[in-house]
Amino acid sequence: MLKDITLGQYFPGDTPVHRLDPRAKILCVVLYIVALFCAKWVISYALMALVLCVCVLFSRVPFRAMSRGLRPVYIIVLFTAVMNLFFTAGTPVSDLPVLRHITVEGAYTAGFMALRVILLIMGTFLLTYTTSPIALTDALDSLLSPLKKLRFPVHELTLMMSLALRFIPTLIEETDKIISAQKARGADFESGGLIRRAKALLPVLVPLFVSAFRRADELATAMECRCYHGGEGRTALHVLRFAAADGVAIAAFAVLTAAMIVLRNLGW
Amino acid sequence: MIQAQQVTYTYPAEEGREAKDALRAVTLTVERGSFVAVLGHNGSGKSTLAKHFNAVLLPAGGRVLVDGMDTADSAVTLEIRRRVGMVFQNPDNQIVANVVEEDAAFAPENLGVPTEEIRRRVDDALAAVGLSDLRRHAPHLLSGGQKQRLAIAGVIAMEPECIVLDEATAMLDPAGRRDVLETVHELNRRRGITVVLITHHMDEAIRADRVVVMNEGAVAMDGTPSEVFAQVDTLHSLGLAAPDTVELLYGLKQDGLALTPDALEVDACADAIASALARKEI
Repeated sequence: MLKDITLGQYFPGDTPVHRLDPRAKILCVVLYIVALFCAKWVISYALMALVLCVCVLFSRVPFRAMSRGLRPVYIIVLFTAVMNLFFTAGTPVSDLPVLRHITVEGAYTAGFMALRVILLIMGTFLLTYTTSPIALTDALDSLLSPLKKLRFPVHELTLMMSLALRFIPTLIEETDKIISAQKARGADFESGGLIRRAKALLPVLVPLFVSAFRRADELATAMECRCYHGGEGRTALHVLRFAAADGVAIAAFAVLTAAMIVLRNLGW
Repeated sequence: MIQAQQVTYTYPAEEGREAKDALRAVTLTVERGSFVAVLGHNGSGKSTLAKHFNAVLLPAGGRVLVDGMDTADSAVTLEIRRRVGMVFQNPDNQIVANVVEEDAAFAPENLGVPTEEIRRRVDDALAAVGLSDLRRHAPHLLSGGQKQRLAIAGVIAMEPECIVLDEATAMLDPAGRRDVLETVHELNRRRGITVVLITHHMDEAIRADRVVVMNEGAVAMDGTPSEVFAQVDTLHSLGLAAPDTVELLYGLKQDGLALTPDALEVDACADAIASALARKEI
């Protein structure tokens, strides 16, 4: 049952989007988000949607996969849209009983809000779809490295992230095994209310934690045996290098952000 | 290569348990380029001894020298760990990265090896264990035997002089065990890497140059496989069984057949039985 969870939604590929330096991609996404929050009226939203579509086409990530990523947030989008629809002050749409509560401004706000959330999520998903988790942690390591001067443990943080990613499938497998073992001894995980089911999970969590701690201990020894001694003096198999395309991409998104700010002031 | 001199080690007392002497004055020398199998039942101290070989544990008494360097000297710990690589029992708990080749690169990255040299070492190490085709795979999708070979590759990338396998085959299926053993023998033969194989499978020790049997934290037997496994009574008194072929011959001898139980290979065993039967008929 737990095997169905797909983690690391990376779509391997060799497109211009995939080839970009992960640091450049993170910066582009940050600029994209800033631009998105500057968008105010139909024209700017249309422009943002166009930019996203172009990026998705370049990345060759199927649109179906992009919309699948939205599934968990549909409810939130719907909820905020409905809330905006009814609770925005302004002129009512008509005088009929229900429609009286809906304002023209509310309808616009609801539409823009939903569009903003959808564009935001799709944009960030495109980053994780086209960048492997390792490249992402490497990029964070590099982008955050100025913080090392402030004694911020950047290397430790990114190592923890990549180890966590590495052990997710292992721990899922382990959870599956423990659940089977408990079921074999008559444990019931499927009936009863929410509280009862949550309680039934306790005998799964305890052995899982014990085993996770044991694993951590063994892993630490194994890492020390392979000469791990902190981030000092480490080199890397894959070194990140900025290429011309990365500069172009960042510049393009910077222009986009600037354009959105101008459009915002024009009220478009 | 490795010299253990009068090594003693005591695990600290835990709640409800007394402190236990894991090693009692063990003296053992591992020759460069040799293939040494260390046998013993659970709690015999074999794993504890192995962990002394690369300074994971430090002796409470006596000392361990690796190429003349004392493991107690923290200034040389890294160099000792580079020279003596270690592979553990659980393959899942020693793989660090999300991609096969990244994992093989972990040790050289730690050692500060330049990028191009890391690439060369990783390619070389993966080729040596036969995982070159899977370099881009995620480690959790590998089989147990493949994971353990990846762990070996991760060690080889340090360019060590010695590899210690601490029950590295215990959690594998027969095919995985065979693959791992084959890889280790290959490394020993082709590259002259010293191998210390800690195991409780007797048949894994047959092809070793030397067999050391541990019992109660001390070396109980030490010799070539045929010397050690011929002493079936001693092995039994230590709670161990000889390899299947020897056990078979031993049983037949007990039943009155005139033969010496010393054949370690199946063919030799069959020959011994055949000639004993022939002699009996005459």
